[in-house]
Amino acid sequence: MDRLRLLSGVTAILALVISADGFASSAGAELEPANIDPGNISSLQRGARNFMNYCSGCHSAQYVRYNTIGKYLELSEEQLVDNLMFNAEKTFETIQSSMPAADAARWYGVAPPDLSLMARAKGSDHIYNFLKGFYLDPESPTGVDNLVLAGTSMPHVLWELQGYQRASFAEHTEGGVTSREFDGFEQVTTGMLDEEDYDEFVRDTVNFLAYIAEPIRSERRKLGVWVLMYLIVFLVIAAMLKKQIWKDVK
Amino acid sequence: MARIEAEVGRPQGGFLKWIDDRFPFTATLKYHVTEYYASKNFNFWYVFGVLAFVVLAIQLVTGIFLTMNYKPAAADAFASVEYIMRDVEWGWLIRYMHSTGASFFFVVVYLHMFRAMLYGSYKKPRELIWIIGMLIFFVLMAEGFAGYLLPWGQMSYWGAQVIISLFGAIPGIGEALVEIIRGDYSISDITLNRFFALHVIVLPLALIGLIFVHIVALHEVGSNNPDGIEIKQNKGPDGVPLDGIAFHPYHTSKDLVAIIIFLMVFSAVVFFAPDMGGYFLEHANFEPANLTATPEHIAPVWYFTPFYAILRAVPDKLWGFILFVFAVLLPVFLPWLDRARVKSVRYRGWIYKSALAIFVVTFLTLGWLGTMPAENIYVIAARIFSALYFAFFLLMPYYTTIDKTKPVPDRVVYHG
Repeated sequence: MDRLRLLSGVTAILALVISADGFASSAGAELEPANIDPGNISSLQRGARNFMNYCSGCHSAQYVRYNTIGKYLELSEEQLVDNLMFNAEKTFETIQSSMPAADAARWYGVAPPDLSLMARAKGSDHIYNFLKGFYLDPESPTGVDNLVLAGTSMPHVLWELQGYQRASFAEHTEGGVTSREFDGFEQVTTGMLDEEDYDEFVRDTVNFLAYIAEPIRSERRKLGVWVLMYLIVFLVIAAMLKKQIWKDVK
Repeated sequence: MARIEAEVGRPQGGFLKWIDDRFPFTATLKYHVTEYYASKNFNFWYVFGVLAFVVLAIQLVTGIFLTMNYKPAAADAFASVEYIMRDVEWGWLIRYMHSTGASFFFVVVYLHMFRAMLYGSYKKPRELIWIIGMLIFFVLMAEGFAGYLLPWGQMSYWGAQVIISLFGAIPGIGEALVEIIRGDYSISDITLNRFFALHVIVLPLALIGLIFVHIVALHEVGSNNPDGIEIKQNKGPDGVPLDGIAFHPYHTSKDLVAIIIFLMVFSAVVFFAPDMGGYFLEHANFEPANLTATPEHIAPVWYFTPFYAILRAVPDKLWGFILFVFAVLLPVFLPWLDRARVKSVRYRGWIYKSALAIFVVTFLTLGWLGTMPAENIYVIAARIFSALYFAFFLLMPYYTTIDKTKPVPDRVVYHG
């Protein structure tokens, strides 16, 4: 009876712990789930391509080495050099931005942040919605603002793909206080991708960002299963030993 | 014949005797391990002392390996942690074990302290064990706090900023004291360097010394048990307590089972959820410390949040700080606040049982409130639960006196 209770207790704790992985949804703005698939290698490969073509001009990923990516994304040295390494010579190098940080800070007011850990700092859903959340704002120096990160100094880099959209807001006045509530986007110019393909493009990119934030993630989970299995065997032996030793305790 | 004569002149007892003549090896082993008798009816709550020891070992070993690659400088610290996570062989495992170990240290120590409250382990003759234990807890808090600055993330920096600036509320010496702690006019490279020294040398040394004294004191008076009975009052003809069984092999074999179960939970976190949803590794700490951008919501790590909630419940900075210190120190006086004649909750009346239950709810709620923004309803709730926290301790002399206790049996309850 006691043993059964203990066992179910431990199982419950383990289940609880494992479900706590990743990002707890934060209160406040409602974010559309990114639904990334960390095990999908081709999605990660597309994400790497997107990142190197659209992000790495301004953003570094200074803790990430090309050969680390290559190993997990099943890319050969040649494929890395030919397709992803635009400003690097050797595959052990890290991903550096092409834009000098000091100049960038002068141009944008703030240097574009390093993206190595962005997915762990902000969460995948946040980045997914951010990349989909640019809308026209004539008062902004870049011509756009963002629904997720208001007042961002980042221009709409992906305008070619998504096109421009306008955001409509509904105004509520309650007790003398007027608040603006987002009421949907409206496409102004069309991009090269339709809505579905653009979502897919962003999803792949976010998937890649989540991967580089913790390249070891899939390995640790795989190893964890073995560790737990070992401990279960060890537990059975230890429990038998205890029973044997305690036989004479009355 | 000649051979036997030669053997007579040789010292008997071998290597062990040679040692024992020079160092009390066997005697120490007997006193603390093979002939240290503790009650046979230890339950679930009695494993957390041993588990705290296991976590200490994990922290010391992983800590040594971390220091081999970590760089205690403001310019390098954050990058060196990522270097450990990505480029050092098994560095990610060492780091996750250390960060998870920090949280688990507090989990097991809180449960260990709760056990003492359940069974009155702090009462006479174990007052000193309890006080030493509280000192261990204080050093552990300092150790956790100093360690949290080292990754030099946003939350490391701003969390330390908030806590260190608290000392500035002390009238007169406040600002000077804050400067001495930081070694600078703001938290800087210098602060990081000295926190590193505290975290890897000063505090661990203090911790190990105090734990040694804690165990020596414990073995002097003997362990309490879930019935709160002094087992030494019922000894057999051989001088061994009738309800006691040797620490080794009986309690060690039982503890081994507990250690493995603990390691399963620990591994589940390390391998499947090292962030614990932002509670063990806060999300904002994946951004390097930025002196010009305050995070919108600063929350200390979960193990400080009950006390942090009390701190924030008071609108005045100085009084908040005083209540914070008071809340942390109050448990030290438990041996004298508790006037009940019995130790164990098993033989106490409904008043203490209810008070303890309310206290558990209070502590957990304060912990949750400490992670929430200090706004409206949360502040009001924090005030109510802070009052309950202090009431539990300050009213204890009264309610433990009037509480009706049950008669305590002579021998421990054990069902085999």
